[in-house]
Amino acid sequence: MTAPSYATTRPSRTIDGLLLAGLIAVAAAVTRAIWFTPVEARQGLAQKIFYVHVPSAFIALYVAFALLAISSALYLWLRDPRLDRMAESAAEVGLVYMSVVLLTGPIWGKTVWGTWWTWDARLTLTLFLWFIVLGLLLLRQSIDERSMRARYSAVLGLLAAILVPFIHISVYLFRTLHPRPIVLKPSAPSLPGTMLTTLLLSLAAFLLLFIGLMRTRYRYATDRDELLAVEGSE
Amino acid sequence: MPLVEAVGLTRSFGTRRAVDRVDLKIAAGECLALFGPNGAGKTTLLRLLAGLLRPTAGQARVDGVALPGGVQARAVVGLISHQTMLYPALTALENVQFAAQLHGLPNASVAARAALGRLAIADRADTPVRALSRGMQQRVTVARALVHSPRVLLLDEPFTGLDDAGCLTLAATLAGLAREGAALLLVTHDVREGLSLATHVAVMRRGAIALHEPRIASGEPDAFVRRYRETVTS
Amino acid sequence: MSADLVTGRETWSSETPVPGERGLAPPSFIRATLLIARKDLIVELRTRTALLAALALSLLSIVIFNFAWDPTAVAAIDLAPGLLWVIFTFSGLLGLHRAFGVEQADRAMDALLGAPIPRTSIYAGKALGNLGLVLLVQLVSIPAALVVYNLEVARVILPLGAIALLAGIGLVAVGTLFGAMTTSTRASELLLPVLALPFFVPVVTAAAQATARLMGGRPVDETIGWLKLLAAYDLVFVAACAFLYTVIADE
Repeated sequence: MTAPSYATTRPSRTIDGLLLAGLIAVAAAVTRAIWFTPVEARQGLAQKIFYVHVPSAFIALYVAFALLAISSALYLWLRDPRLDRMAESAAEVGLVYMSVVLLTGPIWGKTVWGTWWTWDARLTLTLFLWFIVLGLLLLRQSIDERSMRARYSAVLGLLAAILVPFIHISVYLFRTLHPRPIVLKPSAPSLPGTMLTTLLLSLAAFLLLFIGLMRTRYRYATDRDELLAVEGSE
Repeated sequence: MPLVEAVGLTRSFGTRRAVDRVDLKIAAGECLALFGPNGAGKTTLLRLLAGLLRPTAGQARVDGVALPGGVQARAVVGLISHQTMLYPALTALENVQFAAQLHGLPNASVAARAALGRLAIADRADTPVRALSRGMQQRVTVARALVHSPRVLLLDEPFTGLDDAGCLTLAATLAGLAREGAALLLVTHDVREGLSLATHVAVMRRGAIALHEPRIASGEPDAFVRRYRETVTS
Repeated sequence: MSADLVTGRETWSSETPVPGERGLAPPSFIRATLLIARKDLIVELRTRTALLAALALSLLSIVIFNFAWDPTAVAAIDLAPGLLWVIFTFSGLLGLHRAFGVEQADRAMDALLGAPIPRTSIYAGKALGNLGLVLLVQLVSIPAALVVYNLEVARVILPLGAIALLAGIGLVAVGTLFGAMTTSTRASELLLPVLALPFFVPVVTAAAQATARLMGGRPVDETIGWLKLLAAYDLVFVAACAFLYTVIADE
């Protein structure tokens, strides 16, 4: 592992094109959702949150967390520092998306269901993953040695993936055993055409933003490690 | 076949190479005295050979078993490190006996008493370690490390805290073990003590072996100290 | 006596195995596990720090909660099961942190890692010792809670014991691994609860729900689902954590 000289390190001040595209796409998708998509009859304007909440939830769980779990497991196998950077980036960007889910959920829930919080399976799972990912970032912060940090964080990432079905089952058992008021559930398949298009466009925009954020965060991690290599070599 | 053998042994922490391409051989009956300034990588080298650390590159063998070699390699090694590796709440006897049991000695309590007797602290066998002085604790530490008659002894400053009688006892014990076919790697800052036991002498500097020669070539302690200073400052 | 103690030569070879000549059989996985667990319990019973702290915290919480809720509004039988399990979880954390802290103090961990025993037996031994502590705390605080809250459980004492054991295993399996991880980090005692508690959620949910149903005199069938969840959790996490411990220990 030879340390690269400063000269070969690419300039890091340039704005990432993908990130910029992602931001513009999200702005466009939100604009379309607010002004160019019909207002849902029963839920009114509050339903607009749907176009932010659902894509964020989808990406947080099925992209960011999946990426964290997979790169953690692969790291334990291959011990490639790039996988650790991937896990680190997925954890941090994923935490942002999860936070969006957890913040928009109650706002939507209050106006539509009349309650801030419901212990819905997916929302509960997101909440616990949010705690775990926060713990993972705290763990990373409190270990100085790089390979140890990578190993410990990968162990936690893998365990988190193993935990997911158990949280799911306990939430399911909890709900089926506790009769609760039937919740009005806006389900995607019955969405009218324009709304579905907006949802899909919004999903694509948030995905693009996710990729842009991931790339920026991953590059930051690479630059930081390279800088440490330069400083550490003498 | 040498009992301890390292070829290109390397261990990095992050980007820092604590042990850098070390080659060494210690045969049965030999004692290698290893000198070097703080942070030269002596302790890391010992921990690598004890199987506590995994090499980043290169190979090491202890008693013919490649490291990190699992149970067989660890069975023949005795380790004394900076810390006492004792449980302060347990008595001297309990500490040594626990080590004897972990090594599968058939009559652990007898072996533990004998080991404490050899270090002249049999009369403190039932005193909790926390109530012993630092020197007494060091004797228990040595007894713990030697209770299973290891064939490979990795000693990091074993004379720390010992009084004159203790140093003599330990030196005689180590010499006896070497005569019976053990291989010793002795890390110390006490040049006189190190040279008196050594059959070979080595100096480490920034993770690498900077000097390696038979004891005879080192000459008088004073002459060696001068060469040692030249080696580490060059 | 002093003469050969100073030279050490005479006594060395006479009584002890000559290096390498007597092939010693290293202890088996089970023997090593039991040795470590026994050693941990002896250390704990002698210092009693974690045990007494966990017991005190557990009993204090039971008393404090008694004053924190209005017994005329909520019956003890409705609140006690959940309460007990939350209390066990938090008091258990005190012991979990201690298990590897004991090894870290004077680097006794190096002696364990350097011993000719399977690395998983270190995890298993620590977990077993921790389980002993957790069960000991439960053994004192469950009767205490029953007395203080006036609960009647004679009929369900056996299934209740099974829940306590199953949940204890689950808590300890994960907690022991996280204890091993956090002792070698900065801010270790702060980090352990943050990491461990989300993993305790399924265990605490299952244990508290099952306990509530048993105490409420509901048919045992209703608790089966929760017991299955606990058993599955134990199986999966004991296996996963034992394996992952070797990853942690392998520096």
